[in-house]
Amino acid sequence: MLRLPRFKYLRPKTAREAAQMASDLGPRAMFVAGGTDLFPKLKRRQFEVDALIGLDFLPRTIHRGDDETIVDAGVTLASASSSAELRGDYPGYAEAAGLVSSPPLRNAGTIGGNLCVDTRCNYYDMTYEWRKAAGFCMKKDGDICLVAPSSSRCWAVSSSDTAPMAIALGALVTLAGPNGDRELPVAALYKDDGIDYMAKQPSEVVTSLQLHAAGATRTAYVKLRRRGSIDFPIAGAAVALRLDGPLVTSCRIVLSAVASHPLEAAEAGEFMIGRRVDEESAKAAAEIAAKPAKPLDNADLSHFWRKRMVRVVVEQALKRAGDR
Amino acid sequence: MTDNGRYAVIGKPLPKVDAASRVTGQAVYADDMLLPRTLHCRILRSPHPHARIVSIDTSAARRMPGVHAVITGADLPIKFGILPVTQDERALEHEKVRYVGDPIAAVAATDEEIAAAACDAIAVEYQVLEPVMSIDAALGRPKDERIQDYGGPNNIHKLVALEFGDVDGGFARADHVREDVFFFQGNTHLPMEQHSAVATYIDGKVTLWSSTQVVHYVHRALAKVLELPMNRIRVIGAAHGGGFGGKTDPFAHEIIVAKLAMITGRPVKCTLTREEVFYAHRGRHPVLMWVRTGVTSDGRITAMHFKSALDGGAYGSYGVASTFYTGALQTVTYDIPAYRFEGCRVFTNKPPCGPKRGHGTPQPRFAIELHLEKIARDLGIDPVEMKRANFVKPMTRTVNWMRVTSCGLEECTELVMKASGYRERERRSGRGMGFAISSYLSGAGTAIYWNDMPHSEVQIKVDRGGVTAYCGAMDIGQGSDSVLAAVVAEELGLQPKDIRLVTADTDTTPIDLGSYSSRVTFMAGNAALEAARKMRALLVEAVEASGRKYEEVSFEEASVLAEARFGTLTTAGSYTPPKIAGPYKGSGVGPSPAYSYSACVVDLDADPRTGLIHLNKVWIAHDVGRAINPLLVEGQVEGSVYMGLGEALMEEQTFRKGLHKWPSMLEYKSPTFLDMPDVETFIVETNDPEGPYGAKEAGQGPLLPVIPAVNAAVFDALGIWVDEVPVTPEKIVEALRRRDKGEPPRYGPQRFPEIPYPPTIKVDPPPRDLDRAAAASI
Repeated sequence: MLRLPRFKYLRPKTAREAAQMASDLGPRAMFVAGGTDLFPKLKRRQFEVDALIGLDFLPRTIHRGDDETIVDAGVTLASASSSAELRGDYPGYAEAAGLVSSPPLRNAGTIGGNLCVDTRCNYYDMTYEWRKAAGFCMKKDGDICLVAPSSSRCWAVSSSDTAPMAIALGALVTLAGPNGDRELPVAALYKDDGIDYMAKQPSEVVTSLQLHAAGATRTAYVKLRRRGSIDFPIAGAAVALRLDGPLVTSCRIVLSAVASHPLEAAEAGEFMIGRRVDEESAKAAAEIAAKPAKPLDNADLSHFWRKRMVRVVVEQALKRAGDR
Repeated sequence: MTDNGRYAVIGKPLPKVDAASRVTGQAVYADDMLLPRTLHCRILRSPHPHARIVSIDTSAARRMPGVHAVITGADLPIKFGILPVTQDERALEHEKVRYVGDPIAAVAATDEEIAAAACDAIAVEYQVLEPVMSIDAALGRPKDERIQDYGGPNNIHKLVALEFGDVDGGFARADHVREDVFFFQGNTHLPMEQHSAVATYIDGKVTLWSSTQVVHYVHRALAKVLELPMNRIRVIGAAHGGGFGGKTDPFAHEIIVAKLAMITGRPVKCTLTREEVFYAHRGRHPVLMWVRTGVTSDGRITAMHFKSALDGGAYGSYGVASTFYTGALQTVTYDIPAYRFEGCRVFTNKPPCGPKRGHGTPQPRFAIELHLEKIARDLGIDPVEMKRANFVKPMTRTVNWMRVTSCGLEECTELVMKASGYRERERRSGRGMGFAISSYLSGAGTAIYWNDMPHSEVQIKVDRGGVTAYCGAMDIGQGSDSVLAAVVAEELGLQPKDIRLVTADTDTTPIDLGSYSSRVTFMAGNAALEAARKMRALLVEAVEASGRKYEEVSFEEASVLAEARFGTLTTAGSYTPPKIAGPYKGSGVGPSPAYSYSACVVDLDADPRTGLIHLNKVWIAHDVGRAINPLLVEGQVEGSVYMGLGEALMEEQTFRKGLHKWPSMLEYKSPTFLDMPDVETFIVETNDPEGPYGAKEAGQGPLLPVIPAVNAAVFDALGIWVDEVPVTPEKIVEALRRRDKGEPPRYGPQRFPEIPYPPTIKVDPPPRDLDRAAAASI
């Protein structure tokens, strides 16, 4: 059977200490929170480490304030999806958390971990032996992209369900580095690159997610996958919008699993402003939103079909948000 | 048992005899075993789909600390294979590799990580050959060389052409003739437990514990390859985590650990990774099928011509039998007066295909069920009624000599029709229901290697400590141990929990051929029945000699009286299937002492925009002859429905650039709990004349109708035919796009290739009175 490699397990007591450890140890150390994505990847030798830095010290509370709600990064996806506060104020976010993988993995996986989850590609998420037989790719051990061999970049797919929703909500993350904390919009946390997909420093720990007071914001997340559980998204749409009477005053639409980063469909969001959320507007906005989505043949089902389905998930998410 | 046919144990929904150990984690699977000084084995496998091996350098691996032995094909050169006619596998290949995953070398080391690192340190030089990755490519001229050096022309493995009755005459007599082409994609078993084996070599004897369905065939293969007499090898079936046909061959890792144990003198264990399980495979063959059927204007079949092309992968495995199976059972459900079958299996550079639940018959079942649906629609007849008009009758012989005894097709159909409300179903766009039927063997009527010995044997020992039953049968989770205990308990007036069982151990149990072809309840059940009745007779005689009646004394008293009277109390029973195969070459595949029958209705919603399917409900009725334990029967039926739905909707073993595209449980999709609809199961009891208490099989047959019923329901919902499986959303969307463009509303293969079938062997149908004497005696 596949075995975990040997590694040291370090248990810092604070985020600062964890960041300092990561800074000292460099790329041969990684953070582990729930470990639901990390451990299989260690078994497949996609990650090679000498040490794991445990983040089990991270608090696990959801703080509801007047101006904002702060979700500690250690909150499990299961807690986030069942939290009365989140379900009431940000149903789309709770929905996204509840659609990650399967119940056992949501019990272990954290909201911080889901924001940082590695990009995916079905040429990359394979065992060492398979990748050796296929020829290693540039994301690990090789120098070409097997999906798009003429490309100079990696096209692994951003597969977080909660990140698009956090971006649509304009959320911020708090990062703890060796020398201090900083805040960053979730949107600024990602880069459009399958390998170097995070804009944070490798030594920075995500310690919390801040969601602005929901007010009249309506949210919805629609996830497409083959099965009712377990699967990563093969397309997804997060919508956050506000209405004045029947008319949209603000609208952000962010797509998951169609690019190497959560892809904001800004034009489609703007299109909705001043309109009612109805069949016709949702359809038109979905058409606009789908344009920049460029799925490739590196995830489940055909990329042609996935591209068509982007329209469907956007339309469904808009209508569901409008109805909330 | 009482004389009026009511039973004390048979027919009762009792929990499995090993239920507690299974659910509490106490059952010992092969991978749970850790004997003192165990070494761990890893296998180096080919990264190329097709290549000659130029050299293998194991020196660096041998030097690694912790490595105790490294072996290559030179250490195990003797070929083996499940079928006597295709002994084409080596435990380790040192001349040529034929698929990505073909084993080349093996390491035994103190830790699994060391063994894996040592495998990585073995240098193999290859001369890479052009891979052959499709049926079409295999039929054409190879660019460099053929995959195997037998069979042919080109990469054809096996060709068969049989004709029963006057086929041309049948077509001439038809009012309507239709041809269709279908494709059934390959898929794999996906057992929860990965294959695992542990071997020891002590006092000159090899002992192997393995997760296998066939201890007897593994025993034979070990003897052949290790060049040891069978009496120096013991094979024990460890607690089993699922087979479905995937553990029915002797496997390389079983031979390798035995050899490594002989070399090192230490226990050696090998548990395959999930990826390696995909390479061990022996799963469902991808099959391309062409079928032509003639019918009268009222829908009675006059003739059928069926052609199949099987993508066999790199080795023979069960493939010759699989090929015949794609043509054997069409006649067992429908009365086809004239029938021609042409089959072909090709070699490709993929993991070998073999038997998966339904072995070679789900593919043709899928094809003919949909084909008949289409014919009925051509004729404007209700498909259910047309099928029904052609159902075989009980106690008949088919045109290809299959002997049908009990047959509950009518009852099964009626039950699912009524329960599902099929005829009154609500007509709304996107919702559909589909109906299909099927049949399967209750054990193959002939052994894998030709012999006249029994197929199953049971011994019973009674002493003052109680009852022990011994049988080679392997419980792979289907509940064969529980059936054995139930039969013995019923006959002796006890409960199953009172019976100790010793099973699947070649040293201590008499032969049973194994858990394949749905044979165990029928054959081991009959053997147990014979042994138990003999034992009961001894006990009764001893009790009556004391002037009392068997029913009046306790079992303990009876056994003391009998042991005092007769000495050691042992009885034996065995079962040999009747010789009912037809008088033609290839007639050994298909005959069975009895056939099970099933009927199924699937209700689903299909979204025309996305092609996504939501299953609403499945109704299934299964003629099991008699349910020895209805709880186990329902479990088998529901499991079959689950597996059938997976094959119909998502499971596919596909390849990209010569590699298995997704050898992992995350990416190879099989349904989750959330994808599984409600299943309503009906057990139909037809009391088969030859089955134990009238029982027939339940483990495989119920899978078969589920798949075509899904495709028929998709047609009912959207008016499009997806003539292949799996029915993925993209295929539905594409078929709808074609319809909207005015093209035929269909997604599926366009053509069937030219295949150089041999001249047809013409076989006369059986004489009408062939089984009359036998039937009269029942």
